[in-house]
Amino acid sequence: MNAKKIDRLATGLLWISAFAIIALLIWFLVFILSRGLPYLNKNFFTGPDGVAGQLFNSFYILFLSLVFSLPVGLGAGIYLAEYAPENKLTDLIRLSTESLATVPSIVFGLFGMIIFVNVLGLGFTILGGAATLALLNLPVLVRVTEQSLRAVPGSYREASLALGATMWQTLRKVVLPTALPGLVTGITLVAGRALGETAILIFTAGMNVSRHLFDINPMAAGETLAVHLFALKSNPLPGSNADQIADGTAALLIIMVLVFNLLLALPSRWLQYRLTGKNK
Amino acid sequence: MPRSKTLVYFSDRMALYLFIASAVLISLVILSIIWFVGNQGLATFREASLIEFFTSSKWNPDAGKFGALTFIVGSLGTTFIAILFGGPLGLAGAVFLAKIAPDWMRAIMRPATELFAGIPSVVYGYVGLTVIVDLIRRGTGSSTGYGMLAGGVVLAIMILPTVISISEDTLRSLPDSYEEASLALGATRWQTIWKVLLPAAAPGVVTAMILGIARAIGETMAVQMVIGNSPLFPSSLINPTSTLTSNIVMEMGNTPFGSTWNNALFMMSLILLLISLLLIVLVRTAVRKGEA
Repeated sequence: MNAKKIDRLATGLLWISAFAIIALLIWFLVFILSRGLPYLNKNFFTGPDGVAGQLFNSFYILFLSLVFSLPVGLGAGIYLAEYAPENKLTDLIRLSTESLATVPSIVFGLFGMIIFVNVLGLGFTILGGAATLALLNLPVLVRVTEQSLRAVPGSYREASLALGATMWQTLRKVVLPTALPGLVTGITLVAGRALGETAILIFTAGMNVSRHLFDINPMAAGETLAVHLFALKSNPLPGSNADQIADGTAALLIIMVLVFNLLLALPSRWLQYRLTGKNK
Repeated sequence: MPRSKTLVYFSDRMALYLFIASAVLISLVILSIIWFVGNQGLATFREASLIEFFTSSKWNPDAGKFGALTFIVGSLGTTFIAILFGGPLGLAGAVFLAKIAPDWMRAIMRPATELFAGIPSVVYGYVGLTVIVDLIRRGTGSSTGYGMLAGGVVLAIMILPTVISISEDTLRSLPDSYEEASLALGATRWQTIWKVLLPAAAPGVVTAMILGIARAIGETMAVQMVIGNSPLFPSSLINPTSTLTSNIVMEMGNTPFGSTWNNALFMMSLILLLISLLLIVLVRTAVRKGEA
C-alpha cells in the first residue's frame, strides 16, 4: 500500500472516530431524555415522592459551595497569576493545586465525613456537604482564574501602573473586568460539575430530604438530585415506582447540564462582546 | 489627601495578604486531607496485617479477615480497560480536532466534548446499568452482566473529554514549522501526524493518558452501579466484583467510625489518594521531559 492510500485510510478512520464520539453523545442524550421526559410532570416534582426538595437542595448546596470556594479560589488564582515569585512556596502551591485537582471525589467525601460528621459531630448536614464540595471546586477555580488573568495583555497592567495606580486598583479596575468573560465561563463549568457530584455528598450531606419544602436550615441533611438518582438505583424501595422516578431524575439532571453548558455560555459571550468589541 | 492615600496603600497591602492566605490555604487543604485520611487509614494496621491487606483476597471483616486484593485488582482492571478503549479513541478525536476537522465539525465537536465532561457520573452509571450491563449479559451469556468489563466501558466513555482536551491542546501548541517542514519534504498528512506531530506531542499525550487514568481509578458512582458489588476476586471480566471506590460506598454506612473495618475503608481511600498523588508526580516528570 502506498503512502497516499494509507493517508486516505487514516483520515477516514479519524473521521469515523470523531463521528463515533459525537454519535455516542447524541445517543446518550436521546436515550436519557426519551426515557425520562414523559415522567416530568407536576406530580414528579411535588407529588408524594416528588423531587422538588432534592432539586432545591442541589442548587442550595451548589450556591453555598460557591460562596465558600469562590473567594479562596479567586484569591489563590490571582496570587499565582499576578504576584507569585518563582520560589519554593509558589512551587508548593502549584503542586497542591494540581494534586487537589486529581484527588478522587470519594476521598474528599471521606475527608469531609471525618471533619464534619465525626470530629465536629454535626452529622450529615447541608453545610458539611457544601463545605466539602467547595474543596472539589477549588483547584478548578484556581486554574481558571490564573488562565483568564494571564490572557490579559501585560500592556494593560503597565498602562494602569504607569498612571500611578496600585496593584490592587489595577486588578480591580483593569485586569479583573477584562478577564471577566473567562472567569464566568470557568465558574459555570465548576458549577455544572458540582451540581452533578454525588460521592462527596453521600458521606457529608446524607441521603435524607426535609419533609417541608425549601428548608434552608443548613444544619439539616440534604439529599441532592444526583444522590437521589443513586439511591433510587442502588436500593429501590419495593412496590414504589422508583424506576420511573429514576428515569425522570436522570432526564432532569441532563437538562440541568444542558442548560448550564448552553445558556450560561451566552452571557459570557455577550460580556466579551461588550467589553472588547470582539466576538470570538 | 494623605489619609485617603494611606488607605489606598493599606488596601493594596491587605489585598496581597488575602491572596497569599488563599494560596497557602490550598496547600493546607491538601496537607490536611493527607493527614486525616492517612491517620484514619493507617490505624487499620493496629489490628490487621499489612501484608494480608495487600496480598490476600479474603475480605471477611466479621471474621477479622482484611484482604483488600480483590478491590485493588478490581480498580486496576477497570482502569486498564478504560484506558485501553478510551485512550486510543480519545487520541484519535484529539488528532482529528487539531489537524483534520473542518471548522463546522470543530464547532460541533468542541461543545460535545465539554458536554461529556459535564454529565454527572451517576447518570453515566444509570446508562451503564440500563444499557451496557444488559448488552454484556446478552452478548456474553454472563448471568448478570455486571463486572470489570461493564465498569471499564463506562469509564472509557467518562475519560474521553480528559484525553481529548489535553491531547488536542498539546497538538495545537506545536510550532507550525514542524508540520510545514514535514509537508515540504513531501510527506503525506498522515505521515506528518504519525512521524512528526505525535512524537513531538508525546509528553502532552502521556499527560493526557495519565490524567485519564487518574479520573478512571477514582471514579466512584458510575463504577459502583455496574460492577456488581460482590467481594469476590474477579475470575473473569464479566463476573460481579468490587473496586476500592465501590466497596467504600457499599460498606461505609454499615460500619461504626473508628472500628477496624471502618479504618480499612479509609485505608482504601488512602490508597486511592496515594495513587493520584503518584500520578501527579508522573505528569510532572512527563512535562519536564518534554521541556528538556
